[in-house]
Amino acid sequence: MTDAMALERRQMITSADQERLRRQLADTWYVPRGIIGWFSVADHKTIGRRYIITAFCFFVFAGVLAALMRLQLAVPNNHFLGPDLYNQIFTVHGTMMMFLFAVPVMEAMGVYLVPLMIGTRNIAFPRLNAFSYYVYLFGGVMLVVTMLMNTAPDVGWFSYVPLAGPDYSPGKRADFWAQLITFTEVSALAVSVELVATIFKTRAPGMSLNRMPLFVWAMLITAFMVIFAMPTIVTCSSFLLLDRLVGTHFYNPAEGGDALLWQHLFWFFGHPEVYIIFVPALGIVSSIIAAFTWRPIFGYPAMVMSLVATGFIGFGLWVHHMFATGLPALGLEYFTAASIVIAIPTGIQIFCWIASLWRGRPRFHTPLWFVLGFFAIFVLGGLSGVTLASVPFDLQVHDTYYVVAHFHYVLLGGSVFPLIGGIYFWFPKFTGRMMDDGLGKWNFWLLFIGFNITFFPMHILGLEGMPRRVYTYPDNMGWNTLNLVASAGAVLLVLGGALFVYNVVRSYRWGLAASENPWGAETLEWSVSSPPPTYNFLHVPVVEGRCALWDRSADPPIVTGIRSDCREVLVTDVMDAEPVHKAEYPAPSIWPFLCAVVTSAFFIGSIFTPWALPVAIVPLAVTLIGWFWPGKKKERRRDEDAMPVMREVRA
Amino acid sequence: MREADDRDSGSWIPAAKTSSPAPTLTSVVPTRPVRVVITAAAFAATACSGNQAGLNPHGPIARSVATHGWALLAICTVVYVVVMVAFIIALGRRRQDADDSPETSARLTRNVSIATALTVITLIGIAASSVVAGRGMYSPSGAGAITVDVVGHQWWWDFQYHDITPSDVFTSPNELHIPVGVPVVIKAMSSDVIHSFWVPNLMGKRDLIPGMVTNTWIQADEPGVYRGQCAEFCGHQHAHMALNVVAEPMDKFQAWIRHQRQPALEPVTDQERHGRDVFMQSPCVTCHAIRGTDAGSHVGPELTHVASRLTLAAGTLPNARGHLAGWISNSQSIKPGNRMPPNSFAPTDFQALLAYVRSLR
Repeated sequence: MTDAMALERRQMITSADQERLRRQLADTWYVPRGIIGWFSVADHKTIGRRYIITAFCFFVFAGVLAALMRLQLAVPNNHFLGPDLYNQIFTVHGTMMMFLFAVPVMEAMGVYLVPLMIGTRNIAFPRLNAFSYYVYLFGGVMLVVTMLMNTAPDVGWFSYVPLAGPDYSPGKRADFWAQLITFTEVSALAVSVELVATIFKTRAPGMSLNRMPLFVWAMLITAFMVIFAMPTIVTCSSFLLLDRLVGTHFYNPAEGGDALLWQHLFWFFGHPEVYIIFVPALGIVSSIIAAFTWRPIFGYPAMVMSLVATGFIGFGLWVHHMFATGLPALGLEYFTAASIVIAIPTGIQIFCWIASLWRGRPRFHTPLWFVLGFFAIFVLGGLSGVTLASVPFDLQVHDTYYVVAHFHYVLLGGSVFPLIGGIYFWFPKFTGRMMDDGLGKWNFWLLFIGFNITFFPMHILGLEGMPRRVYTYPDNMGWNTLNLVASAGAVLLVLGGALFVYNVVRSYRWGLAASENPWGAETLEWSVSSPPPTYNFLHVPVVEGRCALWDRSADPPIVTGIRSDCREVLVTDVMDAEPVHKAEYPAPSIWPFLCAVVTSAFFIGSIFTPWALPVAIVPLAVTLIGWFWPGKKKERRRDEDAMPVMREVRA
Repeated sequence: MREADDRDSGSWIPAAKTSSPAPTLTSVVPTRPVRVVITAAAFAATACSGNQAGLNPHGPIARSVATHGWALLAICTVVYVVVMVAFIIALGRRRQDADDSPETSARLTRNVSIATALTVITLIGIAASSVVAGRGMYSPSGAGAITVDVVGHQWWWDFQYHDITPSDVFTSPNELHIPVGVPVVIKAMSSDVIHSFWVPNLMGKRDLIPGMVTNTWIQADEPGVYRGQCAEFCGHQHAHMALNVVAEPMDKFQAWIRHQRQPALEPVTDQERHGRDVFMQSPCVTCHAIRGTDAGSHVGPELTHVASRLTLAAGTLPNARGHLAGWISNSQSIKPGNRMPPNSFAPTDFQALLAYVRSLR
């Protein structure tokens, strides 16, 4: 508690200055109001919050679709959904969960938390951040609308050609899918660029790379993976659009194209995609375990190296989605080895977390429960993943319910459980109120039990020969009981999801007010009020150790010399976070929103006609010029150009 | 509806689960009720528990994969239990306070290193086991393999048996007959989108990719009917794209080959003759071929010996008269989206058509 006392003393001494500074910062980093203001916001917290809420809306929508599928499959020869609707539903479920929920929600957590964790005032390129959100939103709304209008894509979230090509998918359904990919590519790439720039260049002094919180490491690696993986799907979905819209033959074997080209390009993106979803969750798990054992994570260097290794090896596995395509045996065995090797860094992280739990004294609040659930589920999913790396075994269970079970274990267990734990964990920071812990535990057990009842039987169904992506199945195959059990488990999952939503809404309105650091956690976001002020930090902090708050001295040094009358941030160097420069961030602006509107209109228009491109160029140019129109810079006095200094503030 | 009538006679969900040996193909022509029972039993055998399951191997590849799978399950179970026990102990152990002593840290470092080393060793073991189990998968080990082409269509299979004599080449839609104990090489092709050939009890998941020819092989050790199903999503009726592998002793297989090479049987009764005329003058002839007649289109499955098959519509229905009637009159209500349009006939014409098609054994 000496920390808090020292802080109090300092505040008394300089309270008048502090108050003046606070008012000026609030003035400078204002969040615009009104309707136009609402669309102009460029604050990472506001955008991050919108991102998270939007992503969870899509999660609920896609979850309802999943429940419909379980209803259809509860009994054999069911006529509840026909093949047309079922195929749309499973396509939209997969597409939405992957592209509109899992990836964006993880990036959204990064958008909200990373600037706070590394001690800066906003995310780099804040207007791009706003733009990325609106592009994402419009793309997602487009998919929802197609689903509601019964014209949704129906060729699977993987859209294999030639099924998705012009000959076998007439109409516009597959185009909506391909263009949705474009929307999510643009927004994901934009966010990744922002995160990399933010993490590399705006960390608080003292936060050298080897002191960066594991969550920030995870987001950094995720961002790099997005930057390297997304271009291939840009390529392959653009080829598909061109094949469909202007009659190219990239995937048409009759004209020298290649159907397998699609699969290579898609999975070269698609497999890293899994890790793009999973790696941020590892960061969340580390944050929660550290906070609820009050100890730093055991083996920090091993954890970081494991994350980096996962990021690299994740790019060498894609062919294990293609074992049945008849590629040469030697090549397949290479991919078996690579797929098995990736279990090593994951294993190391599991062992380090167990060591952390061993060393500390765990406090069993809801966030930790979700992490414990993550362990029980994810380890099983990881092991079934190792079995899938084996070519002969994979050939038996490939495209069966065994695979469905496996990836729900790794994606729901490995990603969604930590994410929900993370929401419970950071909810006080997001909203200033605590989520209800009692309801939270109910929520956990409903989801945990429901999850296992739903998905565990699917392993056995797959081994009993039930293929994936079938809208119905014959009686007498021995699949009836397990399908009924899985559907019953889905009821619990729906209840668990509903309870989560209820708890969020209820806690937002009536939850207990949260202090700065209700869990006593280590990272910098817990040093500011809940929710944080628009400028994040009154003084940019100086980091003194790996656990920013736990290693903080009684009178922590701060950075002075950063202007408070304009949106100035400190720029530091990549390795050691030494101050090198000051940069001014742009003010809120409506232009990114308008640009996103035009971009979206162009994307959707180009589903119907190639003329959308020439038509969209002019308005696009107008909005971009508006966006980058230089604002009025404040006059600088000479002494203000001096580098900021780290000042020891002593009482 | 005609289907409804049929439920009474030859129910498409057989009431009695047969564990009887594989149905022999009807060489004598039984009376109708007997035949209904046989087809129902055949359908039960083609769609019954364990008949499309990797857990129930009936060939060398499937068996080696199943053995490998059990080994993987054992290893993974042990690993899972060990990790969970460590995890639960870590959570539940009694401690006075958080334990930060250097000794504990050193011990934990050592334990994490050992666990990592064990992980690496286990994974090398799994990789080795995988290579060993997979060694025989790529080409048949025994001599005297026969080759069958399979061409995937939305949503049915065409098995083509080749021969040096062109007139001996024939196709067997949705039903692959193989001799027991002989490796059968499957050359896989597709006429439209990607499908995947898969008979879990005998193995061989291999994609059928347009513009490419892929290979796999299967072998059955015992006679029986093994069900397979398309394993790559191929559009609307992916769910109803099944096939039957009928494994028979060599002599029976040879007899089947000889029979399939023959052109269609001449109609015997007046009704059947009338039925043939109906066929030749109706839209049927635009898609289906019957060897020995003028019907020669290969858009849909060949019907030369359709009545000898176990199922209709790629494993969707048992091959019984009522189901055939329902299928011809409105297949869209049974397998929505398939390529066959609804047909309407005058009642006498329709009965004649059914009699003719049922005579194509």
